Amino acid sequence: MKPPPFTYACPRSVADALALLAQSGDEAKLLAGGQSLVPLLNLRMAWTEALIDLNQLTELDFIIQENGTLRVGALTRHHTLEVSDVVRAAQPLLARAAAEVGHLAIRNRGTIGGSLVHADPAAEWPLAAVTLDAQLLLRSQADSRTVAARDFFIGPLTTTIEPHELLCEIHFPIAPERTVWGFQELCRRPGDFAVAAVACQLALDDRQVCTAAAVAVGGAHDIPLAIAEAAASLVGGKGEAAAITEAAEKAAAAVDPPSDVHGSADFRRRMVKVLTKRALTEAWQKA
Amino acid sequence: MPDTQFTRKQTIRLRINGQEVEREVEVRRLLADFLRHELGLTATHLGCEHGVCGACTVMLNGESVRACLLLAVQADGGEIMTLEGLADGEKLHPLQQAFWDHHALQCGFCTSGFLMSAYDLLQKNPHPTEDEIRHGLSGNLCRCTGYTNIIKAVQAVAEGHSDT
Repeated sequence: MKPPPFTYACPRSVADALALLAQSGDEAKLLAGGQSLVPLLNLRMAWTEALIDLNQLTELDFIIQENGTLRVGALTRHHTLEVSDVVRAAQPLLARAAAEVGHLAIRNRGTIGGSLVHADPAAEWPLAAVTLDAQLLLRSQADSRTVAARDFFIGPLTTTIEPHELLCEIHFPIAPERTVWGFQELCRRPGDFAVAAVACQLALDDRQVCTAAAVAVGGAHDIPLAIAEAAASLVGGKGEAAAITEAAEKAAAAVDPPSDVHGSADFRRRMVKVLTKRALTEAWQKA
Repeated sequence: MPDTQFTRKQTIRLRINGQEVEREVEVRRLLADFLRHELGLTATHLGCEHGVCGACTVMLNGESVRACLLLAVQADGGEIMTLEGLADGEKLHPLQQAFWDHHALQCGFCTSGFLMSAYDLLQKNPHPTEDEIRHGLSGNLCRCTGYTNIIKAVQAVAEGHSDT
């Protein structure tokens, strides 16, 4: 299997990448880590006239903590995020999500930005970005704009990014003190895409009462879905079993899962309930 | 106007197993095919050709990558180690010797990919637990061995029990 013929450019700066993108309109595809796009090209499920390789844009490979925000460059590799001390301290849920992505050789190469724009509903980064209410900085030659991750995903492999735009940065709010989290995914083998996955983050006060919560589900809906009703069941509580069960039932009721060879819709819905309970239990165990 | 131009062919220069290589390649040429067809480095095997089986794993700039998911032009200026670069002349690398000693291969098709993945695993984590070895090698598929002897071989090297 070989990719179909295309032309190729490897810009050395974001400005040049944006100029190439503006020039080629929607005939070009952007190549980040290539761990999803290249298989699709090899299998000839994707076709492009032109490929713009982003891998020399070292200005998009960074992890910076500032003003309550963790700024991550879109070209940052999964493995870099997995082992970053800054990430582990500022937002450990991200380090955990990174470790669940594919396999080592894939994490060495794949990027957070590529995964977000690819928008596989079962992938870890879209789920983490939605859970943590990340903001995505998109740039084009003429303009730049910020989109909330919760508004970015609109369907399987579909986002609100425009053909002339490049995802440059992802901004994650830094977890305040006394924040706990859980991340649970079900897959048949390590490294597979999740059959279903649930992530949660809970802010606690000094009496261990939950003051704010986020619960999101991946792999069981056409987009990674933040479930406000499930989060609402947890606020004001101290992790009582009844509240966790209620949140899990609300999460399962909110999703519209696909049926495929990896699991039926009914199975996935049941797993959302199980995984939500586990993720919330994991979070409270950290309190 | 952009500074960079779209091309269909490029001349690339890279170091492969310590040797300087310069070739003109079609931009869609996969690194794995470049290694095998243009350089004759056939230790890198191609199984699935879409990043699932791990047979084509090589080291690029010190990190394991799937050679079927990289274009040869993307390795321009880089340093590659394939399985041909693992042994020291006639002397097997400790991982290779341990695979031999523990009967960690049968047909051998997946072996080069396993060796490269194990090499990266041990470089990142010299003393992995059995669970970490299983996770570290989970991106490589073997249809013969049942994996047990592969795990034992890597454990032996990690624990320094290898004969070499």
